[in-house]
Amino acid sequence: MAAVDMNMQILIVDDYKTMLRIIRNLLKQLGFNNVDEASDGSAALQKLRDKEFHLVISDWNMEPMSGLQLLKEVRTDVKLKETPFIMITAESKSENVIAAKEAGVSNYIVKPFNAATLKGKLSTVLGNF
Amino acid sequence: MLAQATRDDMDRQLAELRKRRVYVDPQDILEVVESVMGSLHGDRSSLDSKLHSDVEALANYISTVKAELAEIRADKINAEYVPTASDELSAIVGATEQATNSIFEAVETIEELSLEMSPDMAERTAAAVTNIYEACGFQDITGQRITKVVKALQSIEEKVQDLLIAFGEEAGEARRERVKEPEIESAAPDDASLMNGPQMPDKANNQAEIDALLASFD
Repeated sequence: MAAVDMNMQILIVDDYKTMLRIIRNLLKQLGFNNVDEASDGSAALQKLRDKEFHLVISDWNMEPMSGLQLLKEVRTDVKLKETPFIMITAESKSENVIAAKEAGVSNYIVKPFNAATLKGKLSTVLGNF
Repeated sequence: MLAQATRDDMDRQLAELRKRRVYVDPQDILEVVESVMGSLHGDRSSLDSKLHSDVEALANYISTVKAELAEIRADKINAEYVPTASDELSAIVGATEQATNSIFEAVETIEELSLEMSPDMAERTAAAVTNIYEACGFQDITGQRITKVVKALQSIEEKVQDLLIAFGEEAGEARRERVKEPEIESAAPDDASLMNGPQMPDKANNQAEIDALLASFD
């Protein structure tokens, strides 16, 4: 796996501003500074179509478009379908994990999470950094 | 209905007798009557009596429920208690968000100051700051849990409203306008059933269990 580009564009999606801030700050601590935000799936999809992103980190439970819907949209879009997609959510039921996996999620983090878990999942998806 | 059917049946059997004979034996008539009466499920008078008794019991029950509803001021539940509880809970979410943002402001300042610290001190500070960021995730989790409670309260409010209407209370004014507001249609109804928010700790999968589940796909 190629070296991780620490300047990659990352889109984080969550309807809670505090969670966006937490993820942004943790990513910054890990060395990722190019982070953009969206407050739900539809806003995220618009940003993904307007600009190239190399990773999406999304919550699930959002309105009007959920994280799962966003994932499905991404995976069916010719230009976006290869974009790594990590779900960070409080939805911890097995049926949720299975639904996300079947929709093509790259990895899945359950809230509350810690920095070590985030770093570990990023390494799994992107490669060691 | 039952009396009419009985009469029809009796008429039919008597017509049959008339066709067969000029003279009709009273015994034959008695047999027809007994046959029709025997076809009834139970005694008509006791049926009437039971029906009357059931209707009376139902009326008493409705009357009792109406009295109890009036006594517990069910209209007040909708007009005051539920909306107040919902507003208070929403205020908690707002207050915790505000407090969390204040914590962020302070921690981000500490992070900037750590650039001026010795490497060892900066590293220890960064670790502490990370712990604070992680802990601030409580706001998201508690917010989602409170949202679930608010939705449950709204559901109770609607059920109480239905009860009030069903039992004839003048509850129209008690119902707040926001209850009548049309629900925002989700653009993702297909996965709506999967959006349940945080599970209780004893029912939730932890990260290791989720990792194992993910690995089972490989």
